[in-house]
Amino acid sequence: MAKVLVVTSGKGGVGKTTSTAALGAALAQSGQKVAMIDFDVGLRNLDLIMGAERRVVYDLINVIKGDAKIEQALIKDKRIETLSLLPASQTRDKDNLTDEGVARVIEGLREKFDWIICDSPAGIERGATLAMRHADVAVVVTNPEVSSIRDSDRIIGMLDSKTEKAEKGEQVEKHLLLTRYDAARAQRGEILKVEDVLEILSIPLLAIIPESTEVLRSSNLGAPVTLGSPNSAPARAYLEAVRKLQGETAVEVQKQRGLFSKLFARRAA
Amino acid sequence: MSLFNFFKRNTTSAPVARERLQVLLAHERTIVGGGESDLVAILREEIMAVIAKHLAVPQDKVQIKMDRGASVSTLEVDIEIPAAIAGLRPAA
Repeated sequence: MAKVLVVTSGKGGVGKTTSTAALGAALAQSGQKVAMIDFDVGLRNLDLIMGAERRVVYDLINVIKGDAKIEQALIKDKRIETLSLLPASQTRDKDNLTDEGVARVIEGLREKFDWIICDSPAGIERGATLAMRHADVAVVVTNPEVSSIRDSDRIIGMLDSKTEKAEKGEQVEKHLLLTRYDAARAQRGEILKVEDVLEILSIPLLAIIPESTEVLRSSNLGAPVTLGSPNSAPARAYLEAVRKLQGETAVEVQKQRGLFSKLFARRAA
Repeated sequence: MSLFNFFKRNTTSAPVARERLQVLLAHERTIVGGGESDLVAILREEIMAVIAKHLAVPQDKVQIKMDRGASVSTLEVDIEIPAAIAGLRPAA
């Protein structure tokens, strides 16, 4: 039975798709069966980052509408056997992205895979809420920058109230993935430090992905960074993140709650 | 503005970002969503009324926060009593 992981952020351009590709590839490299679903209907990009843009025949909407079977729509990665991708549709038929259709797709995949990774679109509209709807685990991608942090806070509130788990009175496991982090600039006080972001958002840290030219280089080549340049600093950080996700209960990275989070406890968004 | 900041020539903007976010998010977590914040508003009003019967505490010195946990929820009431009032009635 698969674990459903949502990669989400609220704000666009912070690295959701890049992180989905990198985490998905790293999990598959460790032998796990992984299916990645692109929920960004109308603006798909996971296919491009994965280098599979010319192999798309059917998409998520086709599967939901019953035009194609899930097996026909899944694109198997050519580099890692256990990695598959379900692309979003490129047309703007968002109305077909239904609650019940998504539930059916996820239910079908749960039996065949170990991990289902949902790449959320930006925003808090239907695509984003459906991407997180069935999640067991959430990776909240955040840049050390005010608007990204504010949007992440909003998304965390939604994870605590709008998901299936939340409605059953359970919790989605939430992790912070701090991307595009420049430690030298943080040291100089030009950008927020890891500790600041952690105290404000008060969810445990999964990994810090350093700002690096290797991420863009891998995107250019259509390879997740964990495959494209596996020895680079960002790739190593993603691999570390995956180890934490797999050995979850063993390593608890929960930081002590800061004064701020004690004073201003989060409420449903 | 501390002496420390003075020597750093005010080039660090991150602390400002941090402070602005803390204030903003504390506010947004209360207003976004409705439901529960209504309950907090009612509790605040009634608790204030009770306090007002015995002490003259300014409204802004009373902080009421609700924290919903998985198994336990807490209601935090933080009342700052001005020194003038506290001085009149030392603890028995």
